[in-house]
Order: sequence, then structure tokens, then C-alpha cells
Amino acid sequence: MEADTMNVVAPIEIAQPREAPRSASDLEIVFETRGLTVSYGKAPAVSDVDLSIYRNLVTAIIGPSGCGKSTFLRSLNRMNDLVPSAKVEGEVLYHGQNIYGDGVDPVEVRRRIGMVFQKPNPFPKSIYDNVAWGLRVLGMKDDLDSRVERALTQAALWDEVKDRLKKSAFGLSGGQQQRLCIARAIAVEPDVVLLDEPASALDPIATSKIEDLMHELKNEYTLVIVTHNMQQAARVADMTAFFTLERTESGGHGVLVEYDETPKIFTQPADKRTEGYVTGRFG
Amino acid sequence: MSARVSAVPSTQPLPERRRIGDRFGDLFLHGLTGAAAAAAAVLLGAIAWKIFQLAWPAITKYGFAFVTRQGWDTVHNKFGALDLIWGTALTSFAALLIATPLSIAIGLYLSELAPRGARTVIASLVELLAAIPSVVLGLWGILVLGPFVGQDLEPWLHRHLGFIPLFSGSPENAGMLVAVLVLTIMIVPITSSICRELFLGVPTELEQGALALGATRWEMVRGVILPYTRSGVSAAILLGFGRAVGEAIAVTQVIGAGHGIHWSLFVTGDTLASKLAEQYQGAVSNIQIASLVYLAAILLVISLLVNLTALFIVRRFSHERIGGS
Amino acid sequence: MAVDAGRYSLTLSRRTRRRKGVNVLMQALATLAALAAVAVLALVIISVARRGASALSWDFFTKNAATFGQSGGGVANALVGSLVIVGLATAMAVPVGILIALYVSEFAPPRVGDLVRLVLDVLNGLPSIIIGIFVYGLLVIGSGQAAWKGSFALAIIMLPLVARATQEVLALVPSTLREGALALGASRWRTVLGVVLPTSFGGIITGTVLAVARAAGETAPLLFTTSIAANAVTWDPRQPVLSIPYDIFVLSESPDPADHARAWALGFVLICFVLVTSLSARLLLVRYRKRLEG
Repeated sequence: MEADTMNVVAPIEIAQPREAPRSASDLEIVFETRGLTVSYGKAPAVSDVDLSIYRNLVTAIIGPSGCGKSTFLRSLNRMNDLVPSAKVEGEVLYHGQNIYGDGVDPVEVRRRIGMVFQKPNPFPKSIYDNVAWGLRVLGMKDDLDSRVERALTQAALWDEVKDRLKKSAFGLSGGQQQRLCIARAIAVEPDVVLLDEPASALDPIATSKIEDLMHELKNEYTLVIVTHNMQQAARVADMTAFFTLERTESGGHGVLVEYDETPKIFTQPADKRTEGYVTGRFG
Repeated sequence: MSARVSAVPSTQPLPERRRIGDRFGDLFLHGLTGAAAAAAAVLLGAIAWKIFQLAWPAITKYGFAFVTRQGWDTVHNKFGALDLIWGTALTSFAALLIATPLSIAIGLYLSELAPRGARTVIASLVELLAAIPSVVLGLWGILVLGPFVGQDLEPWLHRHLGFIPLFSGSPENAGMLVAVLVLTIMIVPITSSICRELFLGVPTELEQGALALGATRWEMVRGVILPYTRSGVSAAILLGFGRAVGEAIAVTQVIGAGHGIHWSLFVTGDTLASKLAEQYQGAVSNIQIASLVYLAAILLVISLLVNLTALFIVRRFSHERIGGS
Repeated sequence: MAVDAGRYSLTLSRRTRRRKGVNVLMQALATLAALAAVAVLALVIISVARRGASALSWDFFTKNAATFGQSGGGVANALVGSLVIVGLATAMAVPVGILIALYVSEFAPPRVGDLVRLVLDVLNGLPSIIIGIFVYGLLVIGSGQAAWKGSFALAIIMLPLVARATQEVLALVPSTLREGALALGASRWRTVLGVVLPTSFGGIITGTVLAVARAAGETAPLLFTTSIAANAVTWDPRQPVLSIPYDIFVLSESPDPADHARAWALGFVLICFVLVTSLSARLLLVRYRKRLEG
């Protein structure tokens, strides 16, 4: 780990001036992608991404639709494996190990790197079993009740559902369902939680609950969120990566344009394209 | 009609005759198609009515005791359906017992596992199995499968599992077990293709949600796919059951027209439907014919109950799914 | 590179190894089940072909069965009988089936449409032997058997198949097409007959072919309606006639190996007909759906 922490940015304070000293610190790299290219069939969806994601921070990935931000996110826990035509080139180092390397099992990868999806997707089970199912499957059966309670509490849902744990999860509102999915993901004690536009299907009140939750959760987990909502990125993220669609003769593919502390991306972006995107639609 | 210049531009009114023709045509087509639909409903009613009318002499003579009596004595006109109900139940349930896990497994293979290119090919091959006429399957059953069952399968089962009553007795080339296997072959393509469609209908988000937790594919199947499709799968099994109960020809060919109530699958037997198919020309007295149709009436009631329950489940299930998402 | 092996290890833990083992086992079982189904299909077809193909000859198709007590001879009478019965059944079932489908998709209020669909599904689920006995009670008692009575029974079996298949393709006809015709000022019936029905023609044909394939193999409804017949070719639907499936049924129950040989040959003819028709109907349907769904 020591080697990896050498060239790492300092912890970010939102109010901090942009010339924050970049020195070695106790910030730890969780993910480091090297020349990551993901293609569907022959067409690359996202190309040549080098990006480091730091522990206990919220990293936001923003960009216009079609820029490959979801594809990038899904390559971090090998969900792209489920698309038969998907092909991954380059490396995704997770604490130094390439998750696409030999001897690495996607089931183990996903167990450590959880995911929350765009549309709430509770299982056709009771609220309790939604959270307990993953624990049972992974063999974390000791103290099931208290694990479920802890996860639901962390997801700020416990008080709302503690009296109806045995009821179907379909009876919950959309926002509650999404928090249940977050509880389900963190119950199995992952290291990282990937969130793929987790609030895009929710109303503003439910959205703000999810955002509050993210501030809480980053104390324990590393969060990576894809969002099309720039205000949301500015509110929740410590680091922001801006992706865009680079047009080519054969269509186009996503590229990483700029990656920096969130305030810098939104106030003093280094790249014209970032500036155009951020000022064009933001503020 | 002469063309006149008008200050107000307007389309020409349709000729009166055309308008009447259209109205009449609409009414006529509506009425004709409606009558055809009504005819289908009347037909269904007529089938039930006719069967009970034909069976009525036996129903009044024997009453409900017919259902609980054994034996088919044409000399003394003593008829009972119990042997046949037993044979129907045993063969259908045993076939279902084999067919259910097989169908679910095939459905899973076709929806989750099969290589994409081969998927439709294998799926249509399995469905082709359902297209083989039952009389051909029965022919194969009696001349190919039967000897194999009597000479190899049953002795083997008897040697290893003989302590189970189902596998007691001496092996035969015709009998319940051959009927069970033939029925299984008939049910599996039907239920497995319904299962496949049900499994394909499970939202991908749910499957991905399970995999994102670190579940294996099988754990995802057990934890998400099967619970999600539970009622649909049970409806598919019921439809398969209805098919097994009603199959006359292939069962008649292979079951060997036995009688009595036995636990053994090796003995010959009869089902409600196979008895009907055997006796189609043999009935002499009116009461014998009425008794045979009494069997058909029992069969009709069972098949209506089974089918309506399955259809009810399917309908409720589809509403549930719409409500759930 | 130093890796905290316990916490972040991505290689298989022992527990995961076991779970993966179960997973592989289950996948193998599912694959095996599918293979078994395909193998049974192949086994049946090969069995029938091996035993049946050799008996086929010109005489087999053109000569009648040998007179009672002797074996051998052809199957011309059963062949013609099947043609007559199934042809007539198709003529009865298809128009009514199409009308029912039109009613459900174009005219019926939703609740009534649901009810009609339910009736069709129940009809489809009835054991075919029950339909045979129904027609026996309705038409045969008192006046005897006839080919057209067998056709009537088969038509009852085909009706829900044709109606449901037609209704499914009618549902695929884009509503813009209907609206386009109606917006031109065309009346309802002209729209239905002139636009909707022709668009779904291909689908109706394939649905009909599938129903014919099913009816051609049905035996149970013919037992009571057209089974006692003279051993001669007749095209007259008022006469009882023999049919291929009924012949197979009788021959398969005979102890005489020569009869078995004839049964295999007939079985081969029947299976070829059924497989070729349903296979090509399926292929056509797939292509047709693709075109409609675009």
C-alpha cells in the first residue's frame, strides 16, 4: 500500500482554495484504472481512462449522456461481464490487484464492491429478507437480526420500517425502496459502494435523503456515484470526474476529460470542454 | 352532382348510399364476429351439457358411489371409477414429479445459460417435441420404450429401490411406468417453454441486483428468479397436469388395460381417459355407455377445475407484476 | 505490491469455492436436462424413421389395405381419409376462428374480450377425447359415423388455436395503420377487412398451419366419430373414413409384427408432415413478426 499512497491528493475541504497542497497523506487509493477501455462488440464505449479513486471519499462521475460513465462504473465491479459482447482492456487495480486478472473471481469482486442501481430494484421478498438474503448467501449468518437492523439504520430506514419488516418490499415508496437497496448493499460489509444515478427516479425529498445518506456513509465506505445532475455532484462529491463523448468517424466513445476536487471542477475547470458543460447547464 | 363554386370551402358530402352501406357494414361485421365469439361460448356450454346428459342414466343409477367404487364388470353392469381415478392420479402425479424439475431446469437453461446463438434453436427443438402426435409417441412407447422399461429399467429400479412400494412387483413391458414416462415426455415441452418465458420476463435489474451483492448465478436463480416467477411456474405445472390427466391415446397404447389399485408402478392399469379410448367400440348396453360417459364427466370436471385454476393464477400473476413494478 | 490479503483479497475463498461448486453443478444439471429433451426428440424421430422409412413405396401410398385377415397392402384409404377430415375441419375452424379473433381485437369491450379469451383457453385445455364424446353424443348417436362428424370434432380442437394465433397477430398490427385508414374517412368494416386483415394475413396462415399440424395427429376425437369404415378410398365426407392417426392406433395394438411395420411407416409419414409443417410455420412466424415489429 505504501507505494500507492505516494502521489495522492490531500483530503478535500469543499471551501478550501484550489491550490491545496498535494502531498502524501493518509489518503489511500482504492481503485486505479490504467488505460481502461470498455467496448461493446467492436465499438468502444469508453476509452483509455486513467483514474484513481480514494478511500472514504465520494467520487462523482458526470458528463453528457452516452459518455460512458455508467459503463465505466460497471467495469469497476465487473457488472459488464453480464453483457456478452462487452470487452475490457487495460487494468482496474483494486488495492493493487487487477480485478480482471487471472485467479480473480467476479463473485468475490462484487461481494467487496457493491452496487446500487438507477431504478430501485428490491427483491420480491419481505423488507427483512431483502437485507438478510445477501447475508445468508455470503454465509454471514451469525447475528442476522442485528446485522439487518444495523444496515437499515445506516441507510436511515430503520425507523420507517421497523414495524413492518415482514411486509413485502414492494409496499415501500420509491425513495424507501432505494434506501432499502442501499441497506441491502451495505449489509454485506462491502469496501466500496457504486451508485449508478441512484436518485434519478426519485422525487426531490427522497433525493435529498439519499444525498444526506451519502455524507454519512462515506465515513465507512468509499462511494462512487454516477449522476447526470451536476448540482447533486457538487453537493455530495469530494472528487469529480468529467467524461465526455468524443466524436469519431465511427460514432464516438467516452473519454475522461478532467478529474479534480469538486470545487475546482465547478469553479475553475482546466479544460474548455469541462467549462462548457459546467457553465452551460450549471448556474 | 355538378361542381359549384362555393364561398365556404367544404368537402363533398358522401353519397347517401355509401353512408348507409358503411353503417350497415359496420353493424354487420360487428354482429357477425360477435356471433362467432358467442358460438364459442355456447359450444363450451354445449359440451358440458351434452356430456352430463349422456352420463345422466349412470349418474342417477349409481350416484356419487360410482366415484368410490372399484371394478368394471360389464357382465353384471357394475361399474365404478375408483380404479381409474387412482390410475389417473398416480400416473399424472408421477409424471409431474419428474417433469417439474426437468421443465424448470430446461427453462433456466434456455433463459439464462444457453449460448445466445443456440438459444432459439434449442428452444424450438424442445417445442417440436410437443408437436409429435400422441399416437406416434404411444407407438414408440409400446414398441421401443416399453421393452426397455420392462427388461432394463424396471429390473434395475427393483434391484436398487425395491423397498419403495412404487418399485415393487415384477417388471412388465406395458404398465404405469411406461405411461408415466410417455406423459412426462408430453408435458415437459409445454411446461418448460412456459417456464422459459416466465424466466425471461424477470426484470434484469433484479437479476443484476442479486449479482451485485456477490451472489452466484444459481443463488440469483434461487433467491430472485424462482420466487419472482413462483405463481407462474405453478400455473404452468397445473397446465401440464391438465394435459397429463386428459391424454387418452398414448396412455391407452402403453398402460396395458389393467385394473385394481396398486402402489406399484410396474403393474398394468388404466386411467379415466384411457378407459374411454379402449372401450370406444366395445360398449353394448346403454347403461355401459352412460357409465363410460360418466367417466368423461369426471374427467371434464377435473380438467375444468385444473385449467380454470391455472388461468386464474396466470391472470392474478400478471396483475401482481404490473402492480409490483 | 503489498496487498492486505485478508480484507481485499479477490481470489476465491474456501466458502466461495464451495458456492461456485454448487453453481457449476446446477448449471451442469440444467444443461443436462435440456440435452435430455433434445435427445428424446432425436431418439423418437430416429426410431420412427429407421423403422418406417423402409416400408415406404409407391404402392404403400396408392393401394388400399389388404383385406381383413391378411397383412400388407397400402394406406391410400387412410391417407385420403385424413385429407378429407382435416381439410373439412380446417374449412370449418378457420373462418370462425378469424371472426372470433376480429371480435376480440376490433369490437369487444375489454371485459367481454377477456371472457372470450378465457373461453378459448378453456376450450383449448379440454381433453380431446371429451370433444370426441361430445360430437358422438351430438351427431353420431342415431345417425352413425361420418367423416364430416370427425371434422367437426377436429374443428373444435383447431378453433381456439386459430383464434388465439390470429388474435396475437392482430394485436401486432400497429394502431397507426388503423388510425390512418379511419382518418381517411374509411368506415370501420372497410378498415378491418381492407387494412387490418390483409396486414395480418401471413400470421393467420402460420397459425392455421400450426393448427392443421396439431389436428392431423389427433386420434381421440376420431374414435367415436369416424372409425368404423369400409376398406376403400372415398372422398365423400358423408361416409365414415379411416385416417392415418387412427390406423396407427389400431395397428400399434395388434400383436402382428407386419402390422407394426405398417404402423411405423404411417408414423413416419405423420411425423414428417407434422414436423415439416410446424417447423416451417414457426420460421415464417418469426420472420413475419420481425417484419411487423420492425
